[in-house]
Amino acid sequence: MDQAPAPARHGHLTTVTTHAKVLIAGSGPAGLTAAVYAARAQLAPVVIEGEPSSTSDQPGGQLMLTTEVENYPGFPDGIMGPELMSAMRSQAVRFGADLVTAKVSRFDLSGSPFGVWVGDPDAPEPTYRAEAVIVATGAQALMLGVPGEDRLLGYGVSACATCDGFFFREQEIAVVGGGDTAMEEALFLTRFASKVTVIHRRDQLRASRIMQERAMANPSIEFLWNTRVTEVLGDPKVSGLALADTVTGETSQLAVSGLFVAIGHQPNTDALGGQLELEPNGYVRTFGGSRSSVEGVFACGDVQDHVYRQAVTAAGSGCMAAIDAERWLEARGS
Amino acid sequence: MSEKIVTLDDATFDEHVKSSDVPVLVDFWAEWCGPCKMISPVLEEIAEEQAGKLEIGKLNIDDNLDVTRRYDVMSIPTLILFKDGEPKVRLIGAKPKGQLLQELAEYL
Repeated sequence: MDQAPAPARHGHLTTVTTHAKVLIAGSGPAGLTAAVYAARAQLAPVVIEGEPSSTSDQPGGQLMLTTEVENYPGFPDGIMGPELMSAMRSQAVRFGADLVTAKVSRFDLSGSPFGVWVGDPDAPEPTYRAEAVIVATGAQALMLGVPGEDRLLGYGVSACATCDGFFFREQEIAVVGGGDTAMEEALFLTRFASKVTVIHRRDQLRASRIMQERAMANPSIEFLWNTRVTEVLGDPKVSGLALADTVTGETSQLAVSGLFVAIGHQPNTDALGGQLELEPNGYVRTFGGSRSSVEGVFACGDVQDHVYRQAVTAAGSGCMAAIDAERWLEARGS
Repeated sequence: MSEKIVTLDDATFDEHVKSSDVPVLVDFWAEWCGPCKMISPVLEEIAEEQAGKLEIGKLNIDDNLDVTRRYDVMSIPTLILFKDGEPKVRLIGAKPKGQLLQELAEYL
């Protein structure tokens, strides 16, 4: 699969402010669906697609770190996450969306046309001025924040099972978390590891029934309930975990050579600088579809959805945001 | 793929990184790794722009376990910069171009 079907420009090289009718920040299913709709509506959207990273705010979004997607409608045999995103990208490009490989460093949302900076956030003039902005910056995986985790990232600690599972052939490893992502990772990792221990701080899983059943039925997966990781041990590579029982407080150690963290996500709202109203849990608050608290600014996908968080719901909300933006632009006569 | 990028394997790796006149940045990658695909175009650009100062080599970890194990690669993409055959800089995970160049600046 080719990741880049069309050449992308590097936005940080731009020196004069470019005007856009619609600017979309983010290029997961939400951002790219918004781009397809906005482009077909002749709004020539600029998509600031993100920069390469392994922490899920990259071009293509979180699906770039997955393998088989089984629940995206239209693919009865499943499709690989990166392949699906590549197809969405091509579709947006086909209708004239301008994709820029850069990350938004700052927004000025005080009024339309809104200022959008890529690269140096302190530059006097924004890189773009956009009449409407669609925020589709997604969410990224949370890490544990315990001692040893940072130091051993890439040396047994992983934030990407699909990237790193291969290196744990015939080894014993652990997955932390109790949701669908944790179950997906645990199941995926049984292809390589001899044993996968799922460590969860509660006595039951949050994961959907189908994922729970699959994980529980897998002979290579074991569960450690009411347990949290207090430290990642090993030098120079992971050799084990220090654990604490969340009920009794009792401590123990587990010998593993790998740790995969899947404890949830946080919305990517840093660049917004507090200019949009957020939900108490930090997600962007939307009103009646995709409208944010600022007129002319719309939000879609995982940056505003902490409930469903699916590729298909993200795509659906991206469509809503593009239609809302189009109608808003029309109503104000621009 | 840019013709400036060399494909390395277990058999040619040692000879190549030792005999190269310029530092060699080796990209440990695999077909199934999304972030590896993400940095591919970035590495192509760097190979073109830094030609004569830096060489970029790609090593498919699926097919070349010896070298992969020898350097304890446990996460991909991993980029290791070799100078005179010795590993000098190790970068784990996909990163934007600016950051890669910054971390390699000492050797460019």
